[in-house]
Amino acid sequence: MTTTTLSTALAAARAENRAALIGYLPAGFPDVPSSIRVIEAMVEGGCDVIEVGLPYSDPMMDGPTIQRAADRALAAGTTTDDVFRVVEATAATGAAAVVMSYWNPIERYGVDRFTAGLAKAGGAGVITPDLIPEEADEWVAASDAAGLDRIFLVAPSSTDRRLALTTDACTGFVYAASLMGVTGTRAQVADTAETLVRRTREVTRDSGLPVCVGLGISTGAQAAEVAGYADGVIVGAGFCQRVLDAPDLETGLIAVRSFAEELAAGVRSRA
Amino acid sequence: MSHAQPVPDAHGHYGRYGGRFAPEALIAALDEVEAEWDKARQDPDYLAELDELLRSYTGRPSPVTDARNFAEHAGGARILLKREDLNHTGSHKINNVLGQALLTKRMGKTRVIAETGAGQHGVATATACALLGLDCVIYMGEEDTRRQALNVARMRMLGAEVVPVTIGSRTLKDAINEAFRDWVANVDHTHYLFGTVAGPHPFPRLVRDLHFVVGKEARQQVLELTGKLPDAVAACVGGGSNAIAIFAAFLPDESVALYGFEAGGEGARTTRTAASITAGSPGVFHGARTYVLQDEFGQTLPSHSISAGLDYPAVGPEHAYLADTGRATYEPVTDAEAMEAFRLLCRTEGIIPAIESAHALAGARKLGERLGPDAVILVNLSGRGDKDVDTAATYFGLVDPEGQR
Repeated sequence: MTTTTLSTALAAARAENRAALIGYLPAGFPDVPSSIRVIEAMVEGGCDVIEVGLPYSDPMMDGPTIQRAADRALAAGTTTDDVFRVVEATAATGAAAVVMSYWNPIERYGVDRFTAGLAKAGGAGVITPDLIPEEADEWVAASDAAGLDRIFLVAPSSTDRRLALTTDACTGFVYAASLMGVTGTRAQVADTAETLVRRTREVTRDSGLPVCVGLGISTGAQAAEVAGYADGVIVGAGFCQRVLDAPDLETGLIAVRSFAEELAAGVRSRA
Repeated sequence: MSHAQPVPDAHGHYGRYGGRFAPEALIAALDEVEAEWDKARQDPDYLAELDELLRSYTGRPSPVTDARNFAEHAGGARILLKREDLNHTGSHKINNVLGQALLTKRMGKTRVIAETGAGQHGVATATACALLGLDCVIYMGEEDTRRQALNVARMRMLGAEVVPVTIGSRTLKDAINEAFRDWVANVDHTHYLFGTVAGPHPFPRLVRDLHFVVGKEARQQVLELTGKLPDAVAACVGGGSNAIAIFAAFLPDESVALYGFEAGGEGARTTRTAASITAGSPGVFHGARTYVLQDEFGQTLPSHSISAGLDYPAVGPEHAYLADTGRATYEPVTDAEAMEAFRLLCRTEGIIPAIESAHALAGARKLGERLGPDAVILVNLSGRGDKDVDTAATYFGLVDPEGQR
């Protein structure tokens, strides 16, 4: 199996005895060139991996902050081809780039055409929040053929049988949803997160598949807490919120870089 | 019946359509609904309780009306109306709602959420929750809360919380997105009482099963009235629950043509349409593979229909399957054609139909012209139009400019 830039980034963090920092931003938010600048600031601040969001009209798993960011990106005319441009720019920073996309835009673009475009842009893999392994035969074949990592989600409600099924279908890492809910900041890390990671590790012991945790993490202290048991910490709404709140892009970039630094310190001080 | 129904496979696939394109967090809940329904549908106590509610609360069986005056405007064909408009709460929606509300109690859940477009499913859900003592939250697009203000008041009177959804296109599809977001966060004590034959497996099958009674009754009623099966069955199609309701019992009857009439809006070739089979393409939307109105990048296109209940950019997966296999035929009906049929039914039969159902009536007029005076056409009059009087009065200019509505 090919080693992707994603696997390399996660292995490098593990070698430093820390969790990786994975930051999310929708491509094209607030517009395509600006989203590249925001991602550069995220990487400068310490993100190891960038999840480039493919903005979608019906983001069923996203809370208000990421919905607003995706709406802005779509209003700016962002297309799937723009997502690949943002991936290319992300890869150029040295960070690993993965795409996060609901399934329909991939299917509509053409599954093989999508994997070819992403691989050509230097992308390492794809996170699919509304695709489960049972529906993913075509996706497994296409992502394997293109040498892309394939990241499915597990949730606190997943049965042991489904944890095994889902992690077996993953490459790169498995995305553990920290809580039952949608994306967005929370005051505290859900106590379901650590239990889920422990249960997931019981089925990934042989493969050593990294387990990264997302949903509701938005401070350095929360990142440190999650880094205590996970291989990666995924943060999205916190970055989007800083761009939404800023009066102009330059101010937003400063806030984003400083937020990434706070989180990067967190993943290096495992609680 | 001699032929097997095209039941979905074990994973809810209707040919290439259907399935379960849902977040992992909801899979356990979907499995629970599926398992509980498999048990309930074979449980004599559950079925007896549901039958009794359908009889003494809903008012089933609903009658079939021979619409002789309207038929004169439909090529002289015999037009038989299945009167789901006479059900308690005014539409077919109550059949599914009572079944799922009882299922909610069986699962030990105390809270129900639902989406609504026109408000018919929301009213039916609020009604069942009032009856069975369940907490009830209804998500409704802000645009629809304006179009259907009367139904908002009705739901609140029944004790439901109505949440206007202010994101996206602010219509039915956004209400469904928001209901799924609520469900994933509250799934331990909440059932999502899905209102149509769309969504992830098992909803398309569950909702069809609970509406099967409509076509089963109608088939028998038409046989008793005419001595034979109808030549055609007509229904409007948004998500498609009332159409599946009346189609399902006729699927094995190959001599019976099945027609679904989609909301063409201002024309199925314009961007102001909700005709997802006629104008859309296969995609994945709200948990299932089906026909979707979408652009070249898979972004959902805004739909339009004068009828809030049909204003949905996709359709249930079984309809996608029936369309592809040719077992059913789907045609668009414009806003103007539907409103003309609405006016005609009011004037000729003294029945005010829901604007949704008026699409089926307009389609039946076209079928009557095509099939001629010997034909018998069964139409699902899926709902009554009390909720639409405001829209119709504005459309036909019946409001005194000085008067206040």
